[in-house]
Amino acid sequence: MLYISVPLGKLVRRVSRLRGGGSALPGLVVEKIDPGFMQRTLSTIPHGVAVVSGTNGKTTTTKMVVELLESQGLKVFTNRTGSNFTRGVAAALLGEVDWRGRLRADVAVLELDEAHATHFVNRVPPRYSLLLNVLRDQLDRFGEIDKTAQLLQHIADKTTGTVVLNREDPRVARIAETLTGQDVQYFGLDDSLLSTFPNDDDMRAAPGSPAPAALPHKPAADVVLRKVGPDTADFEYDGATVTTAMKLRGVYNIFNAAAALTLARSICGGGAATADHATLLTALSQVEPAFGRGESLTVDGQPLDLVLVKNPSGFRLGLKSFPAGGYATMIAINDNYADGRDMSWLWDVEFDSLRDGGVDQLTGSRAYDMALRLQYDDVRICGVQPEIAPALAAFIRDAKGKPKRIFCTYTAMLAIRRELSKITTVEVVS
Amino acid sequence: MTAESTGIGPDGVEQNSKGTIRVLQLYPRDMNIYGDWGNALVLKQRISWHGFTPDLLEYNVGDEFPADVDLIVGGGGQDSGQLVIKDDLQSQAGVLTKLAEDGAPMLVICGLYQLFGRFFKTRLGSVIPGIGVLDVETHGTDERLIGNVRVATEEFGEVLGYENHSGQTTLGAGVRPLGTTAKGTGNNSSDGHEGARYKNVVASYLHGSLLPKNPAIADFLIRTAAERKYGTFTAGAPDDRYAVLAREHATRRPR
Ligand SMILES: [Zn+2]
Repeated sequence: MLYISVPLGKLVRRVSRLRGGGSALPGLVVEKIDPGFMQRTLSTIPHGVAVVSGTNGKTTTTKMVVELLESQGLKVFTNRTGSNFTRGVAAALLGEVDWRGRLRADVAVLELDEAHATHFVNRVPPRYSLLLNVLRDQLDRFGEIDKTAQLLQHIADKTTGTVVLNREDPRVARIAETLTGQDVQYFGLDDSLLSTFPNDDDMRAAPGSPAPAALPHKPAADVVLRKVGPDTADFEYDGATVTTAMKLRGVYNIFNAAAALTLARSICGGGAATADHATLLTALSQVEPAFGRGESLTVDGQPLDLVLVKNPSGFRLGLKSFPAGGYATMIAINDNYADGRDMSWLWDVEFDSLRDGGVDQLTGSRAYDMALRLQYDDVRICGVQPEIAPALAAFIRDAKGKPKRIFCTYTAMLAIRRELSKITTVEVVS
Repeated sequence: MTAESTGIGPDGVEQNSKGTIRVLQLYPRDMNIYGDWGNALVLKQRISWHGFTPDLLEYNVGDEFPADVDLIVGGGGQDSGQLVIKDDLQSQAGVLTKLAEDGAPMLVICGLYQLFGRFFKTRLGSVIPGIGVLDVETHGTDERLIGNVRVATEEFGEVLGYENHSGQTTLGAGVRPLGTTAKGTGNNSSDGHEGARYKNVVASYLHGSLLPKNPAIADFLIRTAAERKYGTFTAGAPDDRYAVLAREHATRRPR
């Protein structure tokens, strides 16, 4: 059967590309004239749909899963994060299907934003789901932290095959107790690394509702992250521990590598390919962080790291994963819709680790909120300039000869990348 | 700029301390949402910037209520947090009411503001009794009130913050509003009031956190605590330049 929506949608896509437009319009068109398009197309994928969800680390983890599966010779359909999930997926599908609406992919791996989770999984029950964590986030958009846990629960309920859970996050691990038909796999962390994860529930600023207790007996995990070196990591699976080089930095990114590995092993174990562990590990060692998530650029012959921070747990993870010593530090806080308008979250991050070196430059529309926050943590501040371009120029000038690090919210990161692209090579992301 | 010029409190406060001020955080474990720690931190730091020694205590469900508390601060919390603390809070209704009636300074935000009132009736009709320190009642709704808020107040000038609640609160005759909203919603979507004032209790829906950008409220609480305990209060000289600038920028931000 030939659907008129596909050629029409592809046509709109071409036209809007020619006009330099985004991906929303073709997605919108196909959604309007053929509401079943996304569901129908995804349902033809032989090894089904895998979704990755959770508060922190979805984008990089999704990217890792895709690269791991591609290393096994699978053709993977995936989505880029965008403003509207369903429309974005529809638009991405339009780019990948042939004129008859057939998708040439073995498996789909989709980053699923909590805001769109329910709607999506009701329409397209995933065969696999990977649920990363429930951290303090999204309060702006959902009002209540517990809702995130409920959304992840709903994704798990709708999953038809394997649910991969974070053994170390009680809110996620306990989802297993309510599942009946699904296969459950865990990824886990060596006890010695638990302390490097600031846990919301251990913090003075505990979340609004008490976390469920950790599981009384830790279930066995399919993959456990045992050790993190400067540029290596030790993973344990199938009863043996292997050491691999890692391009990813930051313990929590590497923990998410364990998550990605678990999901990739499940998909391959599910018959999509027979996992070849040597190539899986090679692929894992090559993964670079996703756009903006802990990117490292070079400016004036010195590294400049961009660390995306979008919620208290992410900021705390960032400060722990990237120690301040020897680095010049800038913080860029915007409060546009995509960043979150509520600045309360800055008060749930402890900045003691910046006390020794101080902060070189603060910028963004809420630069003075950040300054106030640092003042109350006794952190020295050298400059505050809400305008991003002059602040960045001053930071680069004053920190000449030193490695640099910028913690930034989402829209601040976009602005910083734009400025940096004038002086150094920044990967262009369409 | 050096640490000194940012107004970071002088060291050696202990030697010349004007006295100790004991601040009690109510239910930080269960009633703590974005930014509540900010209020406690601001009190702690400003107490020392004013020349006193802060003593920060916590009260959680099942604890023994500490004696000699000078200032109480209670936070937001989600619906689930309210359910966890509601019985324990009733068991402390007597001591909290007595403290409030005696003029102890208190700050209660959002979830504890609601439970300091007479009751919270949820959207589904069940009633969580409050402790009645404040003559207010709250009704759950489907509508979530979210965004930046500016409130005109007589006592503290313009108060800035961020609201995020679906319970709507109406004031009775026994309390007066903290102020009138110039931007945002406040207590409810009909009367333009935000927060409540009774004796030295300040109640508000505003997060942000409330105290960092509204040092006037923090200083009111500290001054009241010091005067009740030591008879007098001479202010120190906190450096509020960043607070002033953060306020200026915040007022220009969209809802
Ligand atoms: Zn609230």
